[in-house]
Amino acid sequence: MPATPWEYSPAPETVPVTVPERTQLYVGGKFVDPHSKKWFDTVNPSTEAVLSHIAEGDAADVDAAVAAARKALKPWSRLPAQERAKYLYRIARRIQERARELAVLETMDGGKPIKESRDVDVPLAAQHFFHHAGWCDKLRYAVPGAGDPRPVGVCAQVIPWNFPLLMAAWKLAPALACGNTVVLKPAETTSLTAMRLAEILQECDLPPGVVNIVTGAGDTGRALVEHEGIDKVAFTGSTEVGKRIAKACAARGTRLTLELGGKSPNIVFADAAIDQAIEGIVQGIWFNQGHVCCAGSRLFVEESVLPEVTRKLEMRMRSLRVGDPLDKNTDIGAINSKGQLQTIERYIAAGADEGCTVCQPGPQALPAKGYWCRPTFMTGVQPSHVVAREEIFGPVLAVMSFRTPEEAIMRANNTPYGLAAGVWTEKGSKVFDVARRLQAGVVWCNTYNQFDATSPFGGFKESGFGREGGMQGLAAYLAE
Amino acid sequence: MADIERIPVLKTWKLFVKGAFPRSESGRTLALHGHGGELVAHISHASRKDLRDAVEAARGAFPAWSGATAYLRGQIVYRLAEMLEGRRADLADGIRTTTGASRKKAEAEVGRAIDRTVCWAGWCDKFQMVLGSRNPVAGPYHNFSMPEPSGVCVVLQADAGETPLLGFLSLVLPPLCAGNAVVAVADARHPLGALLVAETAPTADVPAGALNVLTGQAAELAGWIAGHRDVDSVHAQAKGEVAATLRAGAAENLKRVAVLAPGEDFGDDDRWTNPRRLASFVETKTIWHPSGA
Repeated sequence: MPATPWEYSPAPETVPVTVPERTQLYVGGKFVDPHSKKWFDTVNPSTEAVLSHIAEGDAADVDAAVAAARKALKPWSRLPAQERAKYLYRIARRIQERARELAVLETMDGGKPIKESRDVDVPLAAQHFFHHAGWCDKLRYAVPGAGDPRPVGVCAQVIPWNFPLLMAAWKLAPALACGNTVVLKPAETTSLTAMRLAEILQECDLPPGVVNIVTGAGDTGRALVEHEGIDKVAFTGSTEVGKRIAKACAARGTRLTLELGGKSPNIVFADAAIDQAIEGIVQGIWFNQGHVCCAGSRLFVEESVLPEVTRKLEMRMRSLRVGDPLDKNTDIGAINSKGQLQTIERYIAAGADEGCTVCQPGPQALPAKGYWCRPTFMTGVQPSHVVAREEIFGPVLAVMSFRTPEEAIMRANNTPYGLAAGVWTEKGSKVFDVARRLQAGVVWCNTYNQFDATSPFGGFKESGFGREGGMQGLAAYLAE
Repeated sequence: MADIERIPVLKTWKLFVKGAFPRSESGRTLALHGHGGELVAHISHASRKDLRDAVEAARGAFPAWSGATAYLRGQIVYRLAEMLEGRRADLADGIRTTTGASRKKAEAEVGRAIDRTVCWAGWCDKFQMVLGSRNPVAGPYHNFSMPEPSGVCVVLQADAGETPLLGFLSLVLPPLCAGNAVVAVADARHPLGALLVAETAPTADVPAGALNVLTGQAAELAGWIAGHRDVDSVHAQAKGEVAATLRAGAAENLKRVAVLAPGEDFGDDDRWTNPRRLASFVETKTIWHPSGA
């Protein structure tokens, strides 16, 4: 079948957003230059143009931020809960009011399609603050048997580049609701919306030091999570780094929650609504270019419908639009960074080397500049292949088949990860039986990649521990 | 008959693995001394292989134990309490032998330990309701969260303190009642209560492998426990080097670890009947399904 015989006209998002020439750190309620007096480039991954220069925080900046958070802890945690809530409500409202600006900035900085930053990242970020604002004065009902709710203290929060603003909201909102103070470190390739959030915090008159934001790369993060003044660490990122942090925290007895990698199975039974399942597969792996820790990157299809599923998947992929992330019709944006693109390309090559068939039925032409990867799926994948075992964090799907539910479940669980899973069948009893037996923190049945502030998110096994969101997410931010 | 003093029948206490009572595969034993320093008995000195065997047994038992109805798990744990009730005198003697506690104090501990067991039997089919939730997501989805057991839990009682039986059961019951399969290592200085629990378990219909009991040296076992990649969680009462080894090694495969200090007051009912005690041994699973869409 030919690709779309006609072309869409461009439909660019036109809200202008000013990007500062360079950013500062946000410490003790003030924007300050980094101690190092160093800045590093942040680029727009869809054009490779330098967008801004990001302040490189060092150990001295981390010291100052932790000290500011420590100083703010007592007054903040003793503020009547109802008053604390008002700040969080304000933040939620300001995010909503500045939503379009935040969405455009997020897309420019990270490469994700504007329809996703506009419809998913930013609204969910606002919802997280709004939802948690209401918890401030209800914490004594949140954790059964916990007694009087007290904050843990000063929290170090390190977040990834795939959902920059949303991850900041996931981390900050519960921490603040429980009366903690925070030092947040955004990912080095996506710091701009976090600094815009700092502006919002200042606009909302959040007391100085309650939230501090220190930008930088891995060294800055290490200085933060290993800082002696930290009571709790929350990290979202790779399992490898997560284990390093776990060791450091183990040595000091620091409280820790980790939201790490995944290689989530998406299981399609023959009795599924196949057309809906196709949409779910697409949503599962190509949402946000596959830069999603819970991406449904291992597709298990019941053998009898494998030809139908791959045929329909291929057809559907031909209509996916890859290109300018600021175009409202774009489905697949730019890969976040050059480094990540190289990683993904290495995995695709490894899959081909191991004998998988690589299918990229999408558009032939990609923009001349920027970091791009066609949506990809691989067939002929064996469980031992590297593309079936390791997290790729890109738009690459490994397709495998199975014969019985037992086999599907066994293979789905045969991974050190346990973040998410998908199940597709129209049979109700089968849905819940399979969902029960899958080792995953989130199981999407006849849907995929749904998120909500009221719904706890987090993994089994080596995908980390602790939950974010919902009632169960609050325990991590309350003293035991 | 002349007054010939009867010679007691002495036994070496064995391990409890997969419903059977093997000696350590290593052939090693440890001497057990009474409170006055006298030799009381010998106990098995579990090796790394014994630990691995026990973990394997637990892993094998996990699907059936976690998959059993919560009602059945509750009845089995309650049955354990019933069977322990019949052995109160033995249990009190076991405690007194090594701790030197008064009869009254030992009997009080036994009573509390059995009551604690009854309490946790009741949690088997209730913690899911207390810790779970139906989440009001902003969309046409049915969404609910429920706690599920994380898998194989190793209990390490390195430093039992003054109430070894109550401590042992308090460490074992939360993960066990949550549906985990448990490998429990009793304090080698005060193991008799734990070993009597092991001898009682098969008669309470605890499925083979769902609860395994080892005796050995905590310092030696800690590293092997922490480094074992098929162990999902650790519940320990330990200090110093042993505690540090458990925490650091556990980071390797992100085991869930709860380590208590030796001074833990297991008599604190508020704390030790609290469902929060099993929070480290369950994972919250959240299930989404479209509704009406």
